[in-house]
Amino acid sequence: MGNLFAPFINKAESVSQIMLKVLLALVPGIALYVWCYGPAILVSIAIASITALATEAIMLKLRNRPIAPTLQDNSALLTAWLLALSIPPLAPWWLVVVGTAFAIIIAKHLYGGLGNNLFNPAMVGYAVLIISFPVQMTQWLSPHGLGQTELGFVDQLAYIFTSALPDGIKIDALTMATPLDALKTHLHLDESVSKILDMPIYGHLAGQGSELVAIGFLLGGLYLIATRIISWHIPVAFLGTLFATAGIFYLVDPAHYVAPVFHWFSGAAMLGAFFILTDPVSSPTTNTGRLIFAAGAAIITYLIRVYGNYPDGMAFATLLMNICAPFIVLYTQPKVFGKKDKHS
Amino acid sequence: MSKLYKFHGGIHPPENKLQSTQDPIARAPLPDKLIIPFRQHAGEMAKPLVEAGDYVLKGQLIGEPPVPFSSAIHAPTSGTITALETQQIAHASGLTALCATLVPDGEEKWVERQPIDYHNTTEEAVYSALRMAGVVGLGGATFPTDIKLHRGKHTIQTLILNAAECEPYITCDDMLMREHAEEIILGAEMLRHIIQADTVLIGIEDNKPEAAQAMRQAIQKLGFAFKVIVVPTIYPSGSAKQLIKLITGLEVPSGKLPGEIGVQCFNVATTYSAYRAIQHGEPLLSRIITITGNVQQPRNYEVLLGTPAQELISLGNALPDTNRYIMGGPMMGIPLPSTDVPLVKASNCIIAASDALLPAAPAALPCIRCTRCVEVCPAELQPQDLYWLTKAKDFDKAEQFSLFDCIECGACAYVCPSNIPLVDYYRFAKSEIRASGQERHAADRARDRHEFRELRIEREKQAKAEKLAARERAAKQKKAAAAEKPTNTAQQQIQGALTRAKQQIENVTPKNTEQLTVAQQAQISETETRREQAHELAQADATEQTKD
Repeated sequence: MGNLFAPFINKAESVSQIMLKVLLALVPGIALYVWCYGPAILVSIAIASITALATEAIMLKLRNRPIAPTLQDNSALLTAWLLALSIPPLAPWWLVVVGTAFAIIIAKHLYGGLGNNLFNPAMVGYAVLIISFPVQMTQWLSPHGLGQTELGFVDQLAYIFTSALPDGIKIDALTMATPLDALKTHLHLDESVSKILDMPIYGHLAGQGSELVAIGFLLGGLYLIATRIISWHIPVAFLGTLFATAGIFYLVDPAHYVAPVFHWFSGAAMLGAFFILTDPVSSPTTNTGRLIFAAGAAIITYLIRVYGNYPDGMAFATLLMNICAPFIVLYTQPKVFGKKDKHS
Repeated sequence: MSKLYKFHGGIHPPENKLQSTQDPIARAPLPDKLIIPFRQHAGEMAKPLVEAGDYVLKGQLIGEPPVPFSSAIHAPTSGTITALETQQIAHASGLTALCATLVPDGEEKWVERQPIDYHNTTEEAVYSALRMAGVVGLGGATFPTDIKLHRGKHTIQTLILNAAECEPYITCDDMLMREHAEEIILGAEMLRHIIQADTVLIGIEDNKPEAAQAMRQAIQKLGFAFKVIVVPTIYPSGSAKQLIKLITGLEVPSGKLPGEIGVQCFNVATTYSAYRAIQHGEPLLSRIITITGNVQQPRNYEVLLGTPAQELISLGNALPDTNRYIMGGPMMGIPLPSTDVPLVKASNCIIAASDALLPAAPAALPCIRCTRCVEVCPAELQPQDLYWLTKAKDFDKAEQFSLFDCIECGACAYVCPSNIPLVDYYRFAKSEIRASGQERHAADRARDRHEFRELRIEREKQAKAEKLAARERAAKQKKAAAAEKPTNTAQQQIQGALTRAKQQIENVTPKNTEQLTVAQQAQISETETRREQAHELAQADATEQTKD
């Protein structure tokens, strides 16, 4: 039998299809990631995906919820992919497992499951890892052609699962500071921005390699806006505010503050603008609210990047603004039809 | 070309209108019996004027309006009234209502018809004639037309004919315009004259080019300055407030009627019926109804009011996998409790449904606040917030979030990726709020009565004591040979208590249930019954489960 009450028809794009499109939109970024850093990231994504589905199933079972339909909604997979993309690709397997499990179990299910989480689960997972395992979380691979040496896929696999490297190779030879990290360190050494950017790790927009990946995420994000999966408000407000904030500092003192475009294409800015901040569950539902939310996240991200102890601020900015989201929504309620008069 | 405005949101469901517009309107054959409910309109039930065994003529008044907010009911054909009893009617909850059963004699013998020249009579006479002709809104709301024509203290500048017919499948207004455009236009001129509007605008969705053309030709032929305004096909453009916004750019304030901003809106079929009633003295006895959906011959029929739904369904020839019927459109219609129920003034369409044609929505998933509902909501609400609030039964907050501005169009549920039956939540919450308002009202009254009773007992005690004292005094004064008149304190106390009680009631007037508009009252009774049915269904479900 059909629906008991009207409407008797519906043309909904299912949650599962929406999430699938978001996963799809991540593919260009992931492809460029593999191109620049090798296939290790695919292993991380696979480990995170398996962990996410397994913990999601266990939690659903414990919570007495239907397992199959929820697993098919692709939301756990999306959390897994976003987390994997936020941590170093050569991260040991257990790091990925711990982060993903924390995201799904604590940040998602203990808050009531899909739709009920106050915080973006992937960013909670990231925050836990960067606080608990700072060493492993800073072992970023050098982009293709820049490092002292590179590992083949088999050796990368071996390292991820056993932490064993081929004879004579040390982990330091494979990794290097990220562009944001290096910038911060050298600025502390009183070097000027222009001199720092002459270092070989920097490319045309920001860091070599990582800037390409960011372009991939930008393309995927534009696809999400074009297909109306996300609205333009959050990405535009985030990137706009980040540009404006960085621009002011840059204009005042270009020797000590890097140009705004650098911030766009560094770290997790693009991933955050289009894929993380736009998580519908943990972001505001009003358009004005979205602008405020994203602008706030941009300012916090910038401040952490420039003045904080962490190289990037995307995750903490997201979480801090997540806290504010319900409040922002309450104070940005749009006027209802027939109530737009000043008097009512 | 007038400027078109926009209303927020809206959806584009598949139209499914072509199927039923291939053939002209046909007249449904006279059925073996008619079941005529005494309430086919918003407002009070009509008071029956006939008894079982009475012979009635076609067009004879068989139910008269007992109060202003009501309408008249007529015998749709000549024949014998065989019963006056409660029967099941087309209502979401399978309610019963008082109906007259009429067995036609096939003669179609008319009562004497009394046309009115509306140019040479008073407004009052036209109101009264429309009321006694049972003319009500045929767009679905069945609001008495005469009440809408009362201008009150407002000046109406613009008369809008609602010909949007935005719900999928329904084509009765479309076909009526194609075939009776001139009478509709003459009706529009009549309504314009009565309401003294300056302009007449006719809003038609752009998926009805033939109807728009027919209307334009009729206007030209008759020489009026009316304008046909073709509006984009977007659901729910046929909702009065949305259509007014679309055509005039004016927003009817929340909780107000269009007349208050100088606009009045009538459906085309209503206009046609009003014209027939005044110009030809024909009361509302039939209407055009679409039979479509899972049928072999979808088409529009002119159907006598009271015809059992089954008769129309047989004309359409429902396909074998049909397992239910919907009265109205797929967005806002109601499921028919049985095919025996009569077709009434509110019936614009019957859709034969199968699981293939109108499959059930998949199981609901949690809301992910994607705000697709916000994007389509024509009332500019935050449906996702209303969902969370009504689900948590936080009704006060839901009211703050303008729950009562929801027009229940279903656009939100249509696009919800989690397949949440959002409108069900809103209907439930609205009826709960109204019920609690009424309960509070009743509780207040009970408390007042109790307090008054206490007061009365106290007062009687006092009166007794005074009497006693007076008697003693009288006895004393007898000696002094001077008696005093009894005081009037008891009376004053009663009066005082009554005023206090009245004031108390007024002070604690609950929201929403007082000063309701008539339309709201009609909506209340509807949601109430829907709620009852949901309850019954839940119980039936429970019993079924226990069986398993």
